[in-house]
Amino acid sequence: MSAFRFPRFFPQLSLRYKIPLRVTLLVLLVALSVTVAIVLRQANQAREDLDRYSSSLARALANTLQPYLRHDDVWRAYEIIRSAIEDAGATSSGSPPVIVTDATGMIFVSSKPREFPVGASLASIGPDFAYFTSLHRPDATAESAGIGPEGSDRLFYAAPIKADTVRLGDVVLVSSRSALWPRYVEILKQASAVTVLALALLLPASWFWARRTATPLVSLASAMRKVPARLDDISEDTLADEGDEIGELTRTFRSMLADLKNKRELENQVVASERLAAIGRLAAGIAHEINNPLGGMLNAISTYRKHGSNDPLVNRTLALLERGLTQIRASVGALLVETRLSDRPLTREDFDDVLLLVAPQVDRKGGAIDRDVRVDFPLPLPAGQVRQILINLLLNAANAIEPGGRIGLVVELPDPVLRIRVHNSGRHIPEEKLQYLFEPFTLAAGEGSGLGLWVVYQIVKQLGGSLSVDSKPDSTFFAVELPLDSTVTQLPHGQQEHERASAAVLD
Amino acid sequence: MRRVERRDAVRALVVGAGYCAMPRAYAASGRVIPIGVTAVFPEDEVGLLHTWKEWLEERLQRPIEFVTRSSYREISDLIRAGQLDFAWICGYPYVRYKSELRLVAVPVWKGKPLYRSYIIAPVEDIRPQRILDLRGHVFAFSDPDSNSGHLYPCYALIREEQDPDAFFSRTFYTWAHRLVVRAVGEGVAQAGAVDGYVYELVASLQPRLVARTRVVERSPLFGHTPMVARRDIDPQEEAAFFAALAAMTDDPRGRELLRAMQLDGFVRGNVALYDSIEGMMHADEQFRARKMAARP
Repeated sequence: MSAFRFPRFFPQLSLRYKIPLRVTLLVLLVALSVTVAIVLRQANQAREDLDRYSSSLARALANTLQPYLRHDDVWRAYEIIRSAIEDAGATSSGSPPVIVTDATGMIFVSSKPREFPVGASLASIGPDFAYFTSLHRPDATAESAGIGPEGSDRLFYAAPIKADTVRLGDVVLVSSRSALWPRYVEILKQASAVTVLALALLLPASWFWARRTATPLVSLASAMRKVPARLDDISEDTLADEGDEIGELTRTFRSMLADLKNKRELENQVVASERLAAIGRLAAGIAHEINNPLGGMLNAISTYRKHGSNDPLVNRTLALLERGLTQIRASVGALLVETRLSDRPLTREDFDDVLLLVAPQVDRKGGAIDRDVRVDFPLPLPAGQVRQILINLLLNAANAIEPGGRIGLVVELPDPVLRIRVHNSGRHIPEEKLQYLFEPFTLAAGEGSGLGLWVVYQIVKQLGGSLSVDSKPDSTFFAVELPLDSTVTQLPHGQQEHERASAAVLD
Repeated sequence: MRRVERRDAVRALVVGAGYCAMPRAYAASGRVIPIGVTAVFPEDEVGLLHTWKEWLEERLQRPIEFVTRSSYREISDLIRAGQLDFAWICGYPYVRYKSELRLVAVPVWKGKPLYRSYIIAPVEDIRPQRILDLRGHVFAFSDPDSNSGHLYPCYALIREEQDPDAFFSRTFYTWAHRLVVRAVGEGVAQAGAVDGYVYELVASLQPRLVARTRVVERSPLFGHTPMVARRDIDPQEEAAFFAALAAMTDDPRGRELLRAMQLDGFVRGNVALYDSIEGMMHADEQFRARKMAARP
């Protein structure tokens, strides 16, 4: 059993061709076997017809010829067999010879006396005849139907001519197997015509059906070939979605595809946030390294002012140094987002203030802000940080809009988070920049410091919230979710709050 | 093809004779005259016989009936039994039953009231030149009571000191001269004996049939097949019948008929015409008597 392996033809061939070819092969096989069955049946029928016809002709002649054999009337017997085969002879190609023998096997008369002369011994005509006479039993009941030597064309049919129980002789019909050939050919022609007709109907239908069967598999396979490198090239519309196994396969494939995309998304996010964390740590380290000597330098300048000479050149130089160092401290501070935590909860006025602050930028573009604030204030969130988030997002939006564009601000409170969404029309953020969006100086192409979103990101992280962006042509969405923090109102001023902020940044 | 030939010949004859629309004025006037016809004339030429019958009826102003049977013997028996008035028979039964029959007329063939027997063989068998060359052949006789188709070939063998019963491998009767021609032509028999007059008549009516045979030997001349009457025939009726036959040459339609029958006419025959047949009959009888005597 296991030793047998069905041979495989063209294992590389696509199912697109393999299934139709197999179906076509099956249809051809079925048609062929049906045709062969019909032809064989008909051929058998033809032979049976010949047997029946020949036997009954022999019997009828035997009955008719009996008196003439008794009266030794060769001529009348001849006339009878001639007229019998003239009546019947038109049906087949050439009438079969009829031979009447007497009881001793001598030819009494025959329908073809030149071949089977009167008075000759039947067995002496030829080997076929000798074979027949050896088989045909010489008694009054023996009939022979369709006997003939293998390999010979001749078929013998014999009926005894009997008076009472005495056998006077035989009527022997010599038919030929090849006489059936025209009929076989005719049967074959008819069967072939029917087969061709059936194939003409069946083949296109089965080809079409087979192609339909193959297509979902083929498109599924071509979709699978794109995994994992070209996930976004897969057009899921071409995948069939039916209830059968292929449909099941397709559904599984789709869910796998979705998982893969999610995974990729997650990986991207992880990579991005790890990068941001690394940048944060780097920035914090640098800030500490810079801030220590910086503090010393600023203290030195201050000391000099109090106790040093009043040389105007020195003073001018020190002032220049102090401004420079202060700017460095500001820049480093911004990089660190070392903001102080607000001591007070968020109020409606904070929103009003922020909107007031960004209004000039918006007006310059001829834009407008649609405000939708649906929360009850005050909220237990540090007001200063939230204000900074709002200012940065709204200013970015004001920068991005086209003249006359619109900015949307939606503030909701699906407990226990505050959700702030800022939407703007206008230029969208290109795909390749999105993944570096929150890193410092990513969008610093002309406008702003390039630190706004970095600051937003840092604050949101400090507050334990989440930040997301969705940018499509003509539309960009920033969403910030901040968990409400019940500790805000109880926060005392001073040390604790500073420590927390630092810890958050260093974390 | 054979049928068509014959039908055409008959139609030509019928139309030529102009009998188609002829009123039959003699109808029902008197007793029907029964006339036997044997295979001395190819009696299956029904159309020709019918035309002859109509001509004779008009001539005799009497209805006649041609009676045919399957053998000479039956006609001989019928006329001897008085059931036929006249019969066209062979010279052999005539000489045998001469005392019971009256000779009415003898057909004239090729200018003489004489005919021959032909020994024929298939056309492709060119070897035999006379009846003695046919030893061991399958031989077809026409009728046991025929002179040309049986008596003469037997006599010819007896004359050559052969036993006609043993000379041939097998013999059979076809019961008509025309069928002897067929039997030989189709190969059922390898030779046969036939009335020369019938042979040549059939040769013109059915040339294809005769073309398959050839004449091996022609016999001496014998008295042609006689038209006889029963012994007790009314002499007036006999005279009227003879007159009608003899008058065929005087009448255009009669001549047309004779031409179709390939005869020149009918004449009053002499009994002596049949002496040679009678001689052969005696020779045959003596041979058979000797054979019987020789049997243990």
